[in-house]
Amino acid sequence: MSNVMLEVKDLTTKYITRFGEDIYAVDHVSLKVEDGKSLGIAGESGCGKSTLALSLMGYYFPPLHYTGGEITIDGRNITGMNPDDVRKSVLGTEIAYIPQSAMNALNPTRKIIHFIEDVFEAHNPLATKKEIYDIAKGFFETVGLPAEVLQKYPVELSGGMKQRTVIAISVILSPTVLIADEPSSALDVTSQKMVIKMLRSLMNNGYVKSMIFITHELPLLYNVTDDIMVMYAGQIVEKASAKEAVFDPLHPYSRGLMGSIIVPEEGLRDVRLTAIPGVPPNLKNPPAGCRFAERCLYVRPLCTTHPVRLREIAGGRTYRCILSEEELREAYKNG
Amino acid sequence: MADKRKQVCLKGTGLTKVFGIGRQQTVAVDHVDFEFYEGEIISIVGESGSGKTTLAKMLLGLIGTTEGDIYFQGKKRDISSQKKKKEYWKNIQAIFQDPFSSYNIFNKIDSVLLDCIHMRGGKKLPYAKKLELMTEACGFVNLKFEELTNKYPFELSGGQMQRLMIARIFLLKPKILLADEPTSMIDACSRATILDMLMQLRDEIDMTLIFITHDIGLAYFVSDSVYIMERGIFVERGSADEVILHPKEAYTQRLINDVPKIYEEWDLSTV
Amino acid sequence: MKHFIRQAFRSPNFVAGFVIFAVILLTVFIYPLIITDPPLEIIGQGTFFEPGIYVNVYDSIGSPHHTLKLSDAAAKRIASRLGDDERLAIKEWLVAAGIPEAEVDTENTERLIDQWVNTYDPAVKIPGMTNARRNYYIRLETSLRGLLSTEGVSIAAKNAETAALEEKSTVTQSDYVNVREVPNVRLLLLGTDNFGRDVLTELIAATGVSLQIGFVAGIIATLIGLILGLVSGYVGGLVDDVIMFVTNLFTVIPSFVLLILISFSIGQDKRGAVTIAVVIGFTSWVWTARAVRSQVVSLRNRDHVNLSKLSGHSIAHIILNDILPYIASYVVMALILQISSGILAEAGLSILGLGPRTTEVPTLGLMMNWAMIYQAQILGFWWAYFPVIVTIALIAFSMNLMNTGLDQVFNPALRE
Repeated sequence: MSNVMLEVKDLTTKYITRFGEDIYAVDHVSLKVEDGKSLGIAGESGCGKSTLALSLMGYYFPPLHYTGGEITIDGRNITGMNPDDVRKSVLGTEIAYIPQSAMNALNPTRKIIHFIEDVFEAHNPLATKKEIYDIAKGFFETVGLPAEVLQKYPVELSGGMKQRTVIAISVILSPTVLIADEPSSALDVTSQKMVIKMLRSLMNNGYVKSMIFITHELPLLYNVTDDIMVMYAGQIVEKASAKEAVFDPLHPYSRGLMGSIIVPEEGLRDVRLTAIPGVPPNLKNPPAGCRFAERCLYVRPLCTTHPVRLREIAGGRTYRCILSEEELREAYKNG
Repeated sequence: MADKRKQVCLKGTGLTKVFGIGRQQTVAVDHVDFEFYEGEIISIVGESGSGKTTLAKMLLGLIGTTEGDIYFQGKKRDISSQKKKKEYWKNIQAIFQDPFSSYNIFNKIDSVLLDCIHMRGGKKLPYAKKLELMTEACGFVNLKFEELTNKYPFELSGGQMQRLMIARIFLLKPKILLADEPTSMIDACSRATILDMLMQLRDEIDMTLIFITHDIGLAYFVSDSVYIMERGIFVERGSADEVILHPKEAYTQRLINDVPKIYEEWDLSTV
Repeated sequence: MKHFIRQAFRSPNFVAGFVIFAVILLTVFIYPLIITDPPLEIIGQGTFFEPGIYVNVYDSIGSPHHTLKLSDAAAKRIASRLGDDERLAIKEWLVAAGIPEAEVDTENTERLIDQWVNTYDPAVKIPGMTNARRNYYIRLETSLRGLLSTEGVSIAAKNAETAALEEKSTVTQSDYVNVREVPNVRLLLLGTDNFGRDVLTELIAATGVSLQIGFVAGIIATLIGLILGLVSGYVGGLVDDVIMFVTNLFTVIPSFVLLILISFSIGQDKRGAVTIAVVIGFTSWVWTARAVRSQVVSLRNRDHVNLSKLSGHSIAHIILNDILPYIASYVVMALILQISSGILAEAGLSILGLGPRTTEVPTLGLMMNWAMIYQAQILGFWWAYFPVIVTIALIAFSMNLMNTGLDQVFNPALRE
């Protein structure tokens, strides 16, 4: 049995708005990432995937508040730690976080090597500048970045290069979990591919033990992660291996999401895109029953009144629907 | 495929746009030639900075051209006066990328739609008739006018706003519609809806549709002809199947290679 | 619009500024309804009367007298008549007459008078004292005796026929009049100025005029700035270049210097309050124009403007409907600042003697100017200039408060 690197049980976090309303952006989310594995989180904007990323780090600042659940990283429970301790002993060493705009976080007046010196100063103050430089140089070369980058200022690097540099700086201490939130969305396709390649090589070489990759772009997720988790309105609606999630989605929402994929591949001009009508529910007062019920094409009377639990089926797949696997497949066959 | 018997709807020769003067000159669009046929769906694909949006604005007549000519329905385009511009804009309309900034936040939805009716010469119509037209247009994009009247555009979701944009086009019935990244700011689920509606609209009023996009998958999915643009010039053009399945130029090949695939293996070794 | 106003009133800064400003404005409107005297009427024969209640002496003789037996009345009367010079002179004599200096207290009026009455003798010759000084002490003694006497005073009038004095009535030391029964009592809350004019009435009239100058100047400056900024920003090209060239010219010439020169060249006779306001307006539009232009330039390429163009709207329609509403909040804030700086500019000009001509209306700046010319600040007549300073400060302060309040509402980056 392989080692579990990140385990989350029933994590719930909420935003408190200026008017005192509670918005549960992450609602009883449980997940597990094993050593050497990566998990993708997919969903539309506003479904809570970015909030989940912030919540996973245990790094809560108003208006985001922790309300329940447990986070365990490599056997260490980090729930309830205060943000200062999280910053000192979890971020960087246990969890590395890369948001979409990470490349803009570099102070333009400092050279890249200085940021790496900062990282070592915080976590390994004994290292000398020479040692740090040697480590950084070796590391940059293994992840495919030229060593000259170390002596450059952020403005001298292109967007893609900057983003890769930030990733390299974040993972130089070999974190247990790497959380990447849309790390390549702001880049052109070529830079995006370089970022993906780098992330894959970080995983393959064991620099990063496990990864959570968040994006709304399914083809990208399919190519990066082992498993895919689909979120809708703050909840997990389906979790499956990447292949199953893309080619054989069970939940009607996942199906709709997969049905909107467009890729430039032969024979795909004539597929019919499936559209999901309507908009996601307002999380200020979520529906009592299934949160997807009002947009679902296969809705049953019970759906709107009864909350739906996650069902687990063979092969470790889970999905949130009152219909059984057979019923769903039957419904899809009939269109 | 472009039907050769059909007429050329929009044609450009040596179209160039230069920004700035002296040393700071940048050539955004560099002597491009094209013919768009009537009823055709065209995609102009390029990465950011390729000049595709500048080209779109020139086609729309929102910015002037530095060099070159644009021919509309065989005649040289003349937009030298406000009146002529207005006449031209009856024939060519646009949908912009960001629905959130496409609307004047101080105007109600009604006024957006009424503007279109007035542009088509319906200023003197009785209000009941206008109401009927607006309801029909909203119905076409699956919106209920009764729910939208007296509301402001920012009260809608991104997808709904983009649909309202299409309703606007439905009322205007232009010959050419230029869609500048119409789906890049909205969610994947709404994307299918928007594309569906654009296609329906095209069938309904038989217009030429020009997509400006960075998404080569979208271009392949929707278009008859594809133009690949890099640094102000068209590096490759042809039918969608030709260009995307059998690209000749290195740039096009790279672009297609770098997009994640799901059916084929995505080759990561090329970067 | 309603929404913006409601939002603005949620900001404590704006509310505080608004309340101060409203109080000033209300005072300016309501005060003249109650006190109808012309503000520039000269009422005082003499300069700088201290603030206080002025009771007509003639009327108080004619008013009904009431007798009040107040034990400390005499002491108070003497104390108020005995000036510092007299007290020192008494002390000097007493010390010279052999009373130890430590026992003489000039502050304790009662004891001082006691000592004087007991010791003074005009016959005693003090060595080294001049004759004139001796006579001074004799006069002092006489007047003190007069003060100490308990007899009343006769009021006499000349008989028109006989030219003899006839006693009309007597006033004793315990006679009082009720101020309310005296027909002529004037409250001069802030005293009078160098011309003998009621400072309070003048100040309120001046505040009104200064506010008018500020409004006219502010509206002119904002309108010029807004129009030039809109045209230059939206039309662009050569028009933009020309307007920006002119604007830059105005930027490098300090507008206050320009203001002084224009004001000087108009000449004293032609400088009315409105003229000054217009001059201030025409010299202070520069920053508004630049700011509006930069806002418009960033709006010009927004999609909603493009969409409006594609809908066939004219340039005027686009500027009015698609650009102006987006910068309206900004313009309102600029207007408030322009008004307050207009008031300050008028004050500055007037202090230099280049304000409106002095005969028609008072302005806050003119009041400062007059106080300065007559050296009120050196002579310690605080009431002639201090209230003016406070008023100017309050106006500027309230407007700046409103401005920061609006800024908090309109600029999301400043919200919490």
